[in-house]
Order: sequence, then C-alpha cells, then structure tokens
Amino acid sequence: MSGLPLLSLVTFVPLLGGALILVLPGASNARWIALGTTIVTFALSLMVWASFDNSNPGFQLVEKLNWLGGGISYHMGVDGISMLFVVLTAGLMPFCIAASWESVEKRVAEYMIAFLVLETMMIGVFCALDLVLFYVLFEAGLIPMFLIIGIWGGKRRVYASFKFFLYTFVGSVLMLLAIMSMYWYTGTTDIVALLASPHFPPQMQIWLWLAFFASFAVKMPMWPVHTWLPDAHVEAPTAGSVILAGILLKMGGYGFLRFSLPMFPSATEFFGPMVFTMSVVAIIYTSLVALAQEDMKKLIAYSSVAHMGFVTMGIFTLTHQGVEGGIFQMLSHGVVSGALFLCVGVVYDRIHTREISAYGGLVNRMPIYAAFFLVFTLANVGLPGTSGFIGEFLTMLGAYIHNSWIAIFSATGVILSAAYALYLYRRIIFGTLVKPALMTIQDLTAREIAILAPLVVITIALGVYPQPVFNVTTPAVAKLIQDNKTSLAFDHAKKVAIIQKANAQ
Amino acid sequence: MYAAIVLLPILGSAITGLFGRLLGARLSEIITTGLLFCSAALSVVAFTDVALGDHEYIIQLLPWIHSGDFAVDWTVRVDTITAVMLVVVTGVSSLVHLYTIGYMHEDPHRARFFSYLSLFTFAMLMLVTANNFLQLFFGWEGVGLASYLLIGFWYQKPSANAAAIKAFVVNRVGDFGFALGIFGIYYVFKTLDFDAVFAAAPSMVGKSFVFAGHNVDILTTLCLLLFVGAMGKSAQLGLHTWLPDAMEGPTPVSALIHAATMVTAGVFLVCRCSPLFQLAPHAAEFVVFIGATTAFFAASVGLFQNDIKRVIAYSTCSQLGYMFAAAGVASYNAAMFHLFTHAFFKALLFLSAGAVIHSMHHEQDMRKMGGLWKAIPFTWAMMLIGNLALTGVGIPYLGIGLAGFYSKDAIINSTFAAHSSIGTYAFTLLIISAGMTSFYSWRQFLMTFHGRYRGLDQDHHHGHAHEEPAADDDHGHHHAPKLEEIHESPLVMLVPLALLALGAVFAGMAFFHYFVGEGAHEFWRASLVVGEGEEGHLPVWVELAPLTVTIIGFAIAYYYYILHPTLPKKLAARRGLLYLFLFNKWYFDELYNLIFVRPAFFIGRFLWKKGDGAVIDGLGPDGVSARVLDAARGAVRLQTGYVYHYALAMLLGVVALATWFMAMGGAQ
Repeated sequence: MSGLPLLSLVTFVPLLGGALILVLPGASNARWIALGTTIVTFALSLMVWASFDNSNPGFQLVEKLNWLGGGISYHMGVDGISMLFVVLTAGLMPFCIAASWESVEKRVAEYMIAFLVLETMMIGVFCALDLVLFYVLFEAGLIPMFLIIGIWGGKRRVYASFKFFLYTFVGSVLMLLAIMSMYWYTGTTDIVALLASPHFPPQMQIWLWLAFFASFAVKMPMWPVHTWLPDAHVEAPTAGSVILAGILLKMGGYGFLRFSLPMFPSATEFFGPMVFTMSVVAIIYTSLVALAQEDMKKLIAYSSVAHMGFVTMGIFTLTHQGVEGGIFQMLSHGVVSGALFLCVGVVYDRIHTREISAYGGLVNRMPIYAAFFLVFTLANVGLPGTSGFIGEFLTMLGAYIHNSWIAIFSATGVILSAAYALYLYRRIIFGTLVKPALMTIQDLTAREIAILAPLVVITIALGVYPQPVFNVTTPAVAKLIQDNKTSLAFDHAKKVAIIQKANAQ
Repeated sequence: MYAAIVLLPILGSAITGLFGRLLGARLSEIITTGLLFCSAALSVVAFTDVALGDHEYIIQLLPWIHSGDFAVDWTVRVDTITAVMLVVVTGVSSLVHLYTIGYMHEDPHRARFFSYLSLFTFAMLMLVTANNFLQLFFGWEGVGLASYLLIGFWYQKPSANAAAIKAFVVNRVGDFGFALGIFGIYYVFKTLDFDAVFAAAPSMVGKSFVFAGHNVDILTTLCLLLFVGAMGKSAQLGLHTWLPDAMEGPTPVSALIHAATMVTAGVFLVCRCSPLFQLAPHAAEFVVFIGATTAFFAASVGLFQNDIKRVIAYSTCSQLGYMFAAAGVASYNAAMFHLFTHAFFKALLFLSAGAVIHSMHHEQDMRKMGGLWKAIPFTWAMMLIGNLALTGVGIPYLGIGLAGFYSKDAIINSTFAAHSSIGTYAFTLLIISAGMTSFYSWRQFLMTFHGRYRGLDQDHHHGHAHEEPAADDDHGHHHAPKLEEIHESPLVMLVPLALLALGAVFAGMAFFHYFVGEGAHEFWRASLVVGEGEEGHLPVWVELAPLTVTIIGFAIAYYYYILHPTLPKKLAARRGLLYLFLFNKWYFDELYNLIFVRPAFFIGRFLWKKGDGAVIDGLGPDGVSARVLDAARGAVRLQTGYVYHYALAMLLGVVALATWFMAMGGAQ
C-alpha cells in the first residue's frame, strides 16, 4: 500500500471525476459520476486513515516532487492534525452530492464539476506541505465556492458572494505577502523545513502572524469579521452550506494550528489575550444574535460562529486539552452543522422558505424528521453523549487551566446555545399544525434517511467513544505544544541575550 | 451483573424508540416495563449485597475521554449511597412504568413515552453509578434531556413546550456552575475520579487559588460551584422556577422525575461530595441557608395554589430544601434518609393525584373537585397515607410513625443539634414550614375528597377568570363529569399505588436503624461522611414541636375548608397583598422575564441589526463598496459595475497598505 501515492490520489481523483463529467455530459450522468467519484475518494481517504501510523507524530505518506524550482515543490503529507480533516472532507462530499440530487435542476453538470473541483482544493489544502502549494489551493477553493453561491444561490446571491469574496480576498492577499516575506527571509517555502526551525525574529513574527491571522480569522470566521457567513449561508444551496460550515470554516482553524502556533510562537503568546477576547465575544455576541434570528439558516450560521469561538479559544490556550478539544470541536461541528444544514434543506426543498415563522408543528406529519433534527439540535447544544459535548468541554477545560475568566465567559455560551437551539426546534417542530402550506408535507424519503442516518450514528458514536479521534491527534498535539514551548524558549533566550548585550555595552 | 442494572433500561429505550411503530404500543410497554422490573430486581440484589452486605464494586466499561493527562472512563460504581439510589430509582421507575400503562392507555404516542421514560431511567442510573464527576455530569444532562422531552411530551400544547424549554435552560444555568466546578476540580486535583479527589481534599484545606481574578479558598469555591448545579437540578430558591411549570408533563413524569428521582440528584451530588463539603464549612452554611429558605418559600407558595399537581410540586421543592438543610449541617445521612422516604410518599402522592385526574377526565383544578372520597375510596386511602407520611405523623418517644415522621424529624433535630446560628435559622424556618406543609397538604386533601362536589358549578370560572392567572391548560376543552360518573382507575394503576403506600408506611420504620440510627456507620461505610450522632438529648419541646405544628396546620385547613368553605373564596376575592405575593409565587417569573429573558432577545436583536448590520457591515464590506462606488463615480469611466473591478481596486489599496506595514516591520 505504501507504493501508492495515496494523498495525490485522494486529492486529484475528484478532479478526474470532474473531467469525466465534461466528457460525458448530461444531468443524470453528472450526478452518478459525481456520487461515484466522491465515494471512491472517501474510500481512498479511509485507506489513508488505515495506513496512518498513530504513534508517529510527524508527517506521513509524504510525497515530494520538484515543482516550480527555487525550493518550491509539490510536497504532500499528513500528520495527526490534518489527517482527519481529509477524512472529514471526503466523508461529507457524498452526502452533499446526494443532497443535491433533486434540489439542483439547472446546470447540473457544472454544479457537480464545481463541487468536485472544490473537493480537490479542500483536500489539497489539508495535505499541502509547501506554502505556495497551500496558498494556491487555499485561494483556488474560493472560486468554485464563489460560483456555487453566485449561480445556484438564492435571491440575494450576488450580494452574498460579493461579500464572501471581498472578505476572504483581503485576508488572502495579506497572507500572500506574508508567505513572500517568509520566503525572502528563509529561502524556502517548505512547511516541514519551516516547522523544523521556526525562528523568525519576534518583531517579524508579529507582522507575519497578523497577516496569517487576517486570512484565517475571516475564514473561521471570528468576530467581528463574521458577517459574510450568515449571508453566504442563507444564499448558498444546501450542499454549499454544508461544505461552507463543514469544511471551509475549518481551514481557518487548521491554519492556526499549522502556521500561527508553531511558526510564530512569540506572536501567538503576544496576541493570545486578543484572540481570547475575540473568541469570548464571538461566543456570547453571536449566541445572542442567534436568539433573535427569523431565518433558520442564519440562526445556524450564527451558531457556527459561536462554536468556532470555542475552537479559537481552545487552540490558543496552548494546553493539550484546549488544542485537542479545538480539533475535535472542528471535526464534530463539521458533521453536526453539516447535518443541521441538510435538515434545513429537507424542509426548504418542500416549502421553499427558510422563514422560521412559516413552520410549526412539523412533528405531526414528519415524526422521523423531528427525531433526526432533535439529535443534531442536541449535539449543537453540546449535550454529553453527543460529539458536540467533547469539544466544548475540552476547550473550556483548557481555557480554565489558562485563565478561569475565559472559561466563565465561554460557559455562558452553553446556556445561550440551549436557549436558541431549543427555541428554534420548538418553533419549527412542535405545536399544532395549522399553516395550510404544511398540511400535506411529507416525511423523509428513503434517500433523505440514508443521508441523515449515518450522520446520527457518527454524532453519537463519537460522543460516547471519541478515542479513535484522540488516538490520531494526541501524539501530534503533544508534539505541537512541545515544539511551541521549545521555540518560545528559544525566542525568550534570544531576547534575553540581546538585552544582556545591550546592557553590557 | 450490576452493569446490567444501568444498561437494561437503555436497551428498552432504544428498542422502543427505534422500532416502536413496528412493535406497537402494547409490545413496547411490555418490553420497557419488563426490562425495568429486571433492573429493579437486580437493584434489590445490589442493595443487600452492597449496603447490607459488605461489598463495593467499581466496574470499568469503556474509556471515554483521554486527552493528554486528562482521562475519564465509563464506569459503574456501586457503594452504599449508590445502592440506595439504585433501589429508589429502579423501584419508583418500574412502578411508574406499570402505572403509565393504565394512565396513558388512550394516548397514540405511548411507545414514544415509554422510550423516554426508560431513557430517563438510564440517564439517572448513569448519574448515580458514576465514579467520576464527568459521568455524573453526563447523567445530569441526560436526565435534563429526558425531562425536557417528557415535559414537552404533549407537543401540541404551547404551555408544555414553553415549560420544557424553561426546564432545560434554567437547568443549564445551574450546569454553568457545575461545569466550572468540574473544571476547577480538575485544575486543582488533576483528576476527576471521586476516590482520588476525596483522598486529596484534606491537603487542600485552607489553600487558595485564583478564580475569576480573585484569590479564594479552593474547597469553598469548588463546593459552591457544585452546589449551584445542585440548585438548578433540585429546584432550589432562585433556580426553582422551572419545577412548577414542569407539571405540564403527564403525571407519571411528575411522579418519577419531578418528585422521586431527578430533582433529588442535587441532594445526591452534595452527599456524594460529602468529603468535600465536610471540609468547606462556609459553603455548607450557604447550603443550609438556601435549603431552609427554599423549604419556607416553597411551602408558603404552596398554601394557595389551586392546581392539585402544583401543590405537590411546591411541596417537593420545599422537601428538597429540607434535605439540603440537613446536608448543610453535615447530617448527610439524614438527607439521604429523607430522600429515600420522600421518594416513596411523594411518588405515591403524585400518582394518586394522577389517579384523581384520570378519574376526573383530566381536570386538575381542585376548586372543581370535592367530595370524591365516596366515588374513589381506594385513591382516597392512598392519598391519605401519602399525606400522613408527608406531614410526618407519628408518636414521639414510642417511635411509631409513617416514613416522613422518621426522616423529617431527623432533619429538624439535626438542625437544632447543630447549635450554630445558621442551624437555628434553619430550625426555625423548618418548623414553620412543617406547619405550612400540614396546612397545604390537608387543604389539598380536603378540597379534593371532602366537602361538596363542585365539578358542575357553572359560575366558577366566569367569576374568577379575570382575576387570577389563566387556569392551567389541562388538555384543552372538556367538561367535568358528574359525580356518579367518576370511577376508580384500572388495577394496573392501583397496584403501584398500593406498593408505594407500603413504602410510605414502613420505609421509615424499617430503615431508621441503618440510615441514621446506630447502624449508620456500618451501613454507609466510606460512601458518606456520617456524623458522630450526639443528638440523644434533645429538649422535649424540640421533640414535640413538629407534631404540634402539624396538628395546627391540619386544624386551620379543616376550619377553612370544611367548617367554613366560603371563607377562602372571600379571602381570595379581597386580594390582599400577602395573598397576591404568595399566589404569584413571590413574582420570580415576572422578575426573571424582566431582567433576563426579554433583555436577551432585545440585545440579540440590537447586536444583529446595529452591531452586525450598521457597524460591522457599514464600516466593512458595505461601507467599502459604497466608498469604492463613490470613488468610481468620481473618477471618470472607472465605474464598470463588476465586483472584480472593485476587488481589484481594493487589492491595490490593500497591497500598498500591507507593503508599507511589512516595510516598517522589516525595518525594525
């Protein structure tokens, strides 16, 4: 198995599938090819997991080819931090294709191609071990997403895609500048090399950190640069929302873990309080805003921002529990929020509105739907026994160890999340069925059950037995924290040396 | 084997939850109820083996969360305190399952109901068999979920939905404290396992740590945080508002969850952590204060409620206050004893009330009852036993009495024996509350079963509808039956009543020796901190006081509701300030609405429209695009209307800006 370039396969098979759709056009062909391709990709990603050595904290399945010259190479590999994101991406994709089966009617072939190209970009981001490669994939991923919102989106899709583009673009440009200056300073863009000796001068770290932060904070999204997300979600088609919430947001968190923490340790320490403040504000602010929403997708979008607040909070505590909890929270949120958007999609396909007030009493005609929606709502609330709890708990534990104030503030989010999520559930599902439009609504079809049931199983299984994830992440997280400490000590020593030198003069 | 006690109910819940529609209601009932009785039988085995015998078990099931040096596992721990809870939980739960077969036999969604009941039982058992704080928290939230589902079971009722959310969210407020307590425990002790934490606790006495920016005593802070959780779950003053509303759920739910088991979880938590509270006297004083005040508060509100279930709900709230008061003065065994006996007689009371409601075709307003004893004598007898047990009737010095006589007096005596100012405070309030308990219990009893049958009175609601809060939504429209049409409930409901009545009569007598008597040390062993029990010589008046106030309470109730039944109506009509204050439950709901609920929605809307809309978008993308548009209009022919062109303009600006920054950064 080690002979196969597994990571390249898992990255580029979707692109091949997209090419195949070009050759064999037609809506039906496109659907089946896309589904087949994503399933094959998912199987390949499981092979990646199977050949992954849990005990090795470094990069595995590494592939390296010369690419642009000058030290810029096609360098792929995964470690305990990135590997599960590859599996998550590949795992969510078949659901997205299946969810778009009937709801997308125009330009099906183009739609499927956009998704397959997007999949290649996203998986590539998590596998890339070269800054230029990372940047290209990171940015190229914007284009298909931009098109998906702009072409297959709702009424205000142009405004939404514009906002989405503008926000993410500004961040990206700054990141590009940072990457360029890193190259000028070190002469390499190889991530492995940069991780091995991440010794940028502290002053420079500050600027580099800020530039990366601009990009990742927008992607995450962190308060106050989150306002593109609700609009993008509302206008995006269901599958677009799933990918947006499930994967694209995770690129920000992944970026922090891959670059900010290990490469700019002094800056990370310096900006920690700012990140905590932004995270805590995000948790409380967006939870309150979610409470006031009248649109289902917007509500879930705002709750995503709050949940990502837990992630950034956990990551920057630099405690083992905080970082690992942050990773787990991202994986769990990928499944749960994806599933919630799928649930919204189910009723949107039937009634064609996302207004909460247009619903009510659905349980009377859709008991199976009500049960599925309940599980995901509870996971969103972070009920123990669901995957949502573990990430929240560990990030807050890490925050408490770091500074109890952060944990106190973030824990209020736990109260608010229960309020907005259950209030949403009540308004949509419970009550009597009085609205004429809902009188003939049908419960889930077999296809929809087949989409949602595996997600329920994953949500509960990971909540009860999360060890498969922790087995993968623990060594890498331990190494990340250790490396961060070492480099921080190095920076401090250098600073002390400079001060001593200055004093001696 | 003991793991089966916990796992059988979830098995039943999963089977009926997933396949309830295939199995049909009857089969679902049989499966869940049957599995629960198996679980109950095993619990009795566990009780004799562990509590009366001399064993203790810790069974590892599965690792749960292992992250770095943080490790928590799924376990089943059975020691004496757990064994007591096992008997209570599975005993009451299995009887409630049985009772529900009769009570809910017309409901089309019975299978779902049984699934929820078993789910609840599983979560409660996970809670009591936990060997670490996190699994306890799992059970804690799990019972909260089951409670949410069961309160909102009749989802067509808006009031039930509102009550369900309220229960969950208010409990989450308590969990906020509980969670911080768990974080703190891990921070201090580096573990969440009970034994390790309790063993290390003595070394933390007098030490302080930084919490929320202040230097505070470790154990006091941790105990207070845990207690905030307990206050939420056990509906103590301040976080009690959800419990009366929770009566929207079907009556078996009220009996099982909101009387006998879940609401006692807070008491269980404090008793389980008795090695911590023991070392944190200031936290314990706070526990006494809240407990005694709640006992008084809830009893006072119970005085004038007209809904038969709400009276019992406030009674529950009040009795939980007794338990906390006992735990606070370090009589943890008295608290557990009252928890144990209370489970029997309060479940009995609720299920009897349910039988009354069932016979009355879902009427819950006591003003529409009266004189029912002739129609339903068995239920009357059961309710009588329940009330005698609750009010603690017995003969002092002879040591003969019903369950509450032993356990409640043990609590009152222990507060007196504490000989502290807070103990005296508690003693005073608890005695007064005992009098009020007697009044509201007998008032309820007399209004329901004696006097004139008022079910067919026409003027009732018309005359009072506008001056009292909307009558509780009780199943929509219906008419009270004629007295001749009222019959006893089916046997399947009466058998559980009879069994619980046995418990209400004998549980105190039979177990006094083990729980609080001479055998206490040997019974509880290490599972609970048991005091030295020097309360042998109490003054005579202390011994007699509870019985005296009970008799006074009964006398007043008899005077007002039998001898002069028109008086209460007149008093209510006069709407005195005190009456309104009590009738409206001290205005807690109104206050919370004003300071928490409405502001939260208002702030949410404000942040959304003003914060996100006006400020962030205004200064961010919308503002930028507007400025770019302005600039473009100014600059000739640059206006093309394409997003990309604006983005390009943005890009150039940003690049210039960033380059300048980088240059500055590099120069340093």
